[in-house]
Amino acid sequence: MAIYSPPGSDGAIVNYESRYDHWIGGEYVPPVKGQYFENPSPVNGRNFCEIARGTADDVERALDAAHGAADAWGRTSVAERATILNKIADRMEANLEQLAVAETWENGKPVRETMAADIPLAIDHFRYFAGALRAQEGTLGEIDDDTVAYHFHEPLGVVAQIIPWNFPILMAVWKLAPALAAGNAVVLKPAEQTPASIHYWMSLIADLLPPGVVNIVNGFGVEAGKPLASSNRVAKVAFTGETTTGRLIMQYAAENIIPVTLELGGKSPNIFFDDVSAHDDDFMDKALEGFSMFALNQGEVCTCPSRALIQQGHYSDFLAAGVKRVENMKQGNPLDTDTQVGAQASNDQLEKILSYLDIGRQEGAKVLIGGARADLGGDLAGGYYVQPTVFEGSNSMRIFQEEIFGPVVSVTSFTDYADAIKTANDTLYGLGAGLWTRDMNTAYRAGRAIKAGRVWTNCYHLYPAHAAFGGYKQSGIGRENHKMMLDHYQQTKNLLVSYSPKAMGFF
Amino acid sequence: MGARVDVTPAAAELMRSLRGQHGPLMFHQSGGCCDGSAPMCYLEGEFRTGGSDVLLEELHIDGVPEPISFWMSTSQFEAWKHTHLTVDVVPGRGSGFSLEAPEGVRFLIRSRMLTPEELAALAS
Repeated sequence: MAIYSPPGSDGAIVNYESRYDHWIGGEYVPPVKGQYFENPSPVNGRNFCEIARGTADDVERALDAAHGAADAWGRTSVAERATILNKIADRMEANLEQLAVAETWENGKPVRETMAADIPLAIDHFRYFAGALRAQEGTLGEIDDDTVAYHFHEPLGVVAQIIPWNFPILMAVWKLAPALAAGNAVVLKPAEQTPASIHYWMSLIADLLPPGVVNIVNGFGVEAGKPLASSNRVAKVAFTGETTTGRLIMQYAAENIIPVTLELGGKSPNIFFDDVSAHDDDFMDKALEGFSMFALNQGEVCTCPSRALIQQGHYSDFLAAGVKRVENMKQGNPLDTDTQVGAQASNDQLEKILSYLDIGRQEGAKVLIGGARADLGGDLAGGYYVQPTVFEGSNSMRIFQEEIFGPVVSVTSFTDYADAIKTANDTLYGLGAGLWTRDMNTAYRAGRAIKAGRVWTNCYHLYPAHAAFGGYKQSGIGRENHKMMLDHYQQTKNLLVSYSPKAMGFF
Repeated sequence: MGARVDVTPAAAELMRSLRGQHGPLMFHQSGGCCDGSAPMCYLEGEFRTGGSDVLLEELHIDGVPEPISFWMSTSQFEAWKHTHLTVDVVPGRGSGFSLEAPEGVRFLIRSRMLTPEELAALAS
């Protein structure tokens, strides 16, 4: 085991600046209004840097820089853009440990996750889109002997990207890599809860990108996010967050007639059929890990498997083994490589989770383990920690219907296949789902019947760059990951060409 | 006292302050991930409500000249309708475009079960 020193302390492998301005046009630019806000670490609740409090004026400057850079960037050869993306990946890989610690300090997630998931996935994302871009081709359609329809990919131009706080670097990269590969310039607004780690990332790779291709404007949603999302100078808005803001962004986009992609969350079912428990073997062990995945990233994942549906035949035994697994989770200092469950990302997130623990009990759900704030004492006393919690209840309860975004799973049983699918689909959302069975026919049928964009089958929480990710129903519009994302950031140009010298004969 | 939605004194104070700074207000209750479940506070009319929304309450706040409307999507209300909501405020760093975030605080919903008597009264 190892415990990393907090950034800013003796022995730290990475340090933050004491203040971050906006990154605009390849340099740091102070906010027009001169205001800053404090940025606390959820690990201990104490402020560690100041962040520019951006306003509409700052957004305009960033848009100026992006528009100044977009044409030249969009005309670079695909080989050149792919090379730059690969170099960004290489630079991140060389600094993986530093990026991981920086991300953990700002978000509160365990460093074992940032080291093994967040940062390696972000690195691979750049490499994937570097490769996808090189392999992308337009099409031609031979309409008839003399007429050909050519289809070219062209960048959209300048796009707006609004990043959530649960995976500050990875979610930024999910949006940046395809947008940059496709030849767009970007104005990016990080979440105000986690505004700094993307600046550490930028400090590593800034020399690799032409000025103005990526611009970062910090600030609050209402002051900086809204002017960006409602600007008539962006060709697209990409947002990850919740439904009300998603609707507002669609409303602004309607005013400007531009596309959006939205990822707005879920309430993902994780279904365990009876046959999972047929043998006490590796697969059973894997399924129990799958049950425990609700605690990954402290449950702050849009696809958190926060509803466990367990078939009645093995319900009691499987649930008991699952609770045992949760009991063994190690919660503690996120900078300790042995820690499995760290801190929630912000105080208001902590308060929200506690409010759900309260209404869950009031509705009659039974707490099988956890159910309260965790006080870890010492240096961590001011941090935002919640005990991994297992509720037992029924699918109509609010804890089964709303994304708590904490380390909380709500468990219920089902009788048969039809009951499983009915309960799984009894939700407003459809982002992720998990299903576990040794029967491939059941797996296939259930996977197709669940109304969700991704059904993890005998696995959970894998995020490879080339599997499409996105939601059905109120979980959003569009997809992320996969080469199809290039299309999401490109216009289609059709050249319809006649090679006939003859008039058509109309006039 | 609202039949479906109340506010704490601290939340009422924040609403008075935001009304003074910005103008008439509205709420729309969010769902989904990240800052989902947060009541989002906007200038009245900023968020377009429609046939897919329910007006839960017109909040009457001392010192605020007009009622503050509190909305939720109809589909979400189906899952929430058996609970009573109280708008509170906590220190925080809210996201979304809610008006209070720059103040370093966040509106938060606290919930309790509606009693059978309250449910009967609401149904009538």
